[in-house]
Amino acid sequence: MYTTGVTPPQGVWWKPAHRSEKIWFTIAFVWCMILFAMMPLWHLRGGQNPTGIRAKVEPREYLARVQQFIADYGTGESEGGVPVVAPPPGAEVYLLAAQFQWTPVLELEQGAEYTLHLSSLDVNHGFNLYPFNVNFQVVPGYDYGLRVTPTEAGDYRIVCNEFCGVGHHIMVGKVLVRPSSASAEADPTPTPGTATVGGGS
Amino acid sequence: MSDTTTAGGAMAQAAGLFRSCPTTGLKVHKDADALIKANAVAATVALLVGGIAAILVLLTRWQAVHLLSDEGFYRWLTIHGMNMLIFFIIFFEMAVLYFASAVLLNSRVATPKIGWLAFALMVIGALMVEWTMFTGRADVLFTSYVPLRAHPLFYLGVIVFAVGAILVTAIFFATLVIAKREKTYTGSVPLVTFGGLTAAIIAAITLGHGAAIYIPTFLWSLDMMNVDPQVYRLVWWGLGHSSQQINVAAMVAIWYLLGALTVGAVVVNEKISRTAFVLYIFFISMASAHHLLVDPGFGPSWKIVNTSYFMYMAVLASMLHGFTVPAGVEMGMRLRGYTQGIFGWLRRAPWSDPGFSSLVLSVVVFGFVGGITGVTFGTEQINIVAHNTLRIPGHFHSTVVSGTAMAFMGVTYYVIPLIFRKKVAFYPLARIQPYVFAGGMLLFSLTMTFAGTFGVPRRHYDITFAGAAFSVEYSPAVNLMLALMAIGGLIAITGGAMYILVTVWSVFLGKPLGDDPSEAALAGTVPPGVYKRPFAELPTDEPELEEHGVLGMMPGTMILVMIFMMAFVVYYFANWKLLSAMWQIG
Repeated sequence: MYTTGVTPPQGVWWKPAHRSEKIWFTIAFVWCMILFAMMPLWHLRGGQNPTGIRAKVEPREYLARVQQFIADYGTGESEGGVPVVAPPPGAEVYLLAAQFQWTPVLELEQGAEYTLHLSSLDVNHGFNLYPFNVNFQVVPGYDYGLRVTPTEAGDYRIVCNEFCGVGHHIMVGKVLVRPSSASAEADPTPTPGTATVGGGS
Repeated sequence: MSDTTTAGGAMAQAAGLFRSCPTTGLKVHKDADALIKANAVAATVALLVGGIAAILVLLTRWQAVHLLSDEGFYRWLTIHGMNMLIFFIIFFEMAVLYFASAVLLNSRVATPKIGWLAFALMVIGALMVEWTMFTGRADVLFTSYVPLRAHPLFYLGVIVFAVGAILVTAIFFATLVIAKREKTYTGSVPLVTFGGLTAAIIAAITLGHGAAIYIPTFLWSLDMMNVDPQVYRLVWWGLGHSSQQINVAAMVAIWYLLGALTVGAVVVNEKISRTAFVLYIFFISMASAHHLLVDPGFGPSWKIVNTSYFMYMAVLASMLHGFTVPAGVEMGMRLRGYTQGIFGWLRRAPWSDPGFSSLVLSVVVFGFVGGITGVTFGTEQINIVAHNTLRIPGHFHSTVVSGTAMAFMGVTYYVIPLIFRKKVAFYPLARIQPYVFAGGMLLFSLTMTFAGTFGVPRRHYDITFAGAAFSVEYSPAVNLMLALMAIGGLIAITGGAMYILVTVWSVFLGKPLGDDPSEAALAGTVPPGVYKRPFAELPTDEPELEEHGVLGMMPGTMILVMIFMMAFVVYYFANWKLLSAMWQIG
């Protein structure tokens, strides 16, 4: 006798599945295993992983590191009231999120690897690199050190994408990625939006 | 539904505790009746408040209109999130729990007085939260990430609400025990009740997380202790995401319920469906980790173990239900004689029955849009190109709104006649409501997700960034997407308003159903499943169904799930391709 979802099944209902159910179960299970395999595989072969160096840090201590970073590599200029810093390739880069500003403005070189540290002075913020690129959560009390290689030159923005208070929507920072030394003569400041790779899927 | 009359039930009936439903023959405990009504009404009020907030938020994110002030936007967004995701959904789920236990099992409700106490606590808690939000004391959004600070009554209100909800889950468990002991049914509990049980167990786990995070946060708001922001995110998502899994379990239970009520859908295999529910219980809580994939506090193995090994077992469960629900509909239709071709059963299904159209729209949008995007964005590395962009609300509006809320709306058209004993007011409006609502939500979530693929952030007042230190200019396509999103949203809100009009009018001003359950008396005033009772038309023996070669006895469903799988594979790998074009990060 057939049961519906509202009838109590009588007797033993632990019965063999239909063939169609077995086929679908197998396909779905194999697909889940592929989903599972892709993540470790990307750690081995892929270029984008959110692992980083993770440590706790007191917000005041982090602020001191940012200030030292600005003192070490600052260009002496400022943009939009924010100091501009041009660290050498391989440097430890300290970016501070605080209501409602990203400090400092970064000048990086295309193809060079940096360790980009992210932390917050107050509440949660979101690191959203524009044109469409990577996103990370910025949590106060935690230092998230990501080994970053800017693969394309361009004039990037950092948009805050975690609600951080009523001024959240004006929290925009800047990263300038200069073309690698090989093509250093080219125009270093393409207009925002030209490097867009988003809108794909 | 059940013809099991037993000593306990009969005694209770003799004592005047039950009324007999002339339509279904079910005996309904009067306390269950009243508790279901109270919780359903409270859910509808929350839906109305959340819906008004939705209009304001939507008309602000439509950049061309940009209605609210910045402060107003974040305030109404908080109100929208709390009312929809907490108050509407959980009040409705409380009604579902009473229905799945007392009504489906012909039982009395355990301790109805505590049921009323629980309801009072939930209402008081909700009002405390509403007061803090509306007076601007809790502009912290739904997630209230510490150290953003709200008024202590905001956290206390959530705690009081959760205590009420946990009492109802306890009453649900106790009612199952009573029904078993008093032998109000024979055999095992029906699948819908089993799904309700799953939802209740997940609810208990979820509310435990809620207590574990809101109690310390309440004390923190009184400056009595510290709360680490990363620990907050970890434990809060044990509540925030697990509560969406209560929704999923309740929604799937309602899929089986609507299938039975509208087309006599059978349970193809009790073992498979119940095992899938058990997978939810075991694995879904850990899946909350996918909110923390690009957080600094957790290493890669923690992220992978929790989101792949554990989450994919829950994903497997959803894919099983995604097969067995349409397969049950197909088999039910075929058993009732709709055997023509591969899709004859689908063509001749009751598409004008709002219960059936809600079921189909809920399954399809939840699976194709919500499910595929959710699993893809929940992948450790792909999350790098999805986290906190509009892709995320695009995903969850297609799960929790077009999926869960749509299913809840569909079942309401049956609850009105079967529980409230009223005809469905403006029935022609009710018939088109699911199409309006789901169609609008589909346009809304697709365009929102698409805007997210340009990097547009979620929870953001002004993407023209007026007043910011640096200018940001999105592609003109973003403005088009946001305009289409607003149109889709307004269509969906129209559908939501139609739902509220129909349900409120039916319940408070509607015509009584009367005692004549015949088609002649009821046609055109209630969904056809109420008077035709298709589940009663199923053959009592087990006739052999025709095999369609490799497609088996449910050929239509087999083709549909294969289309689903292809869409899944394409979308998933397209996102890896997108990710591979990004900056190198390690």
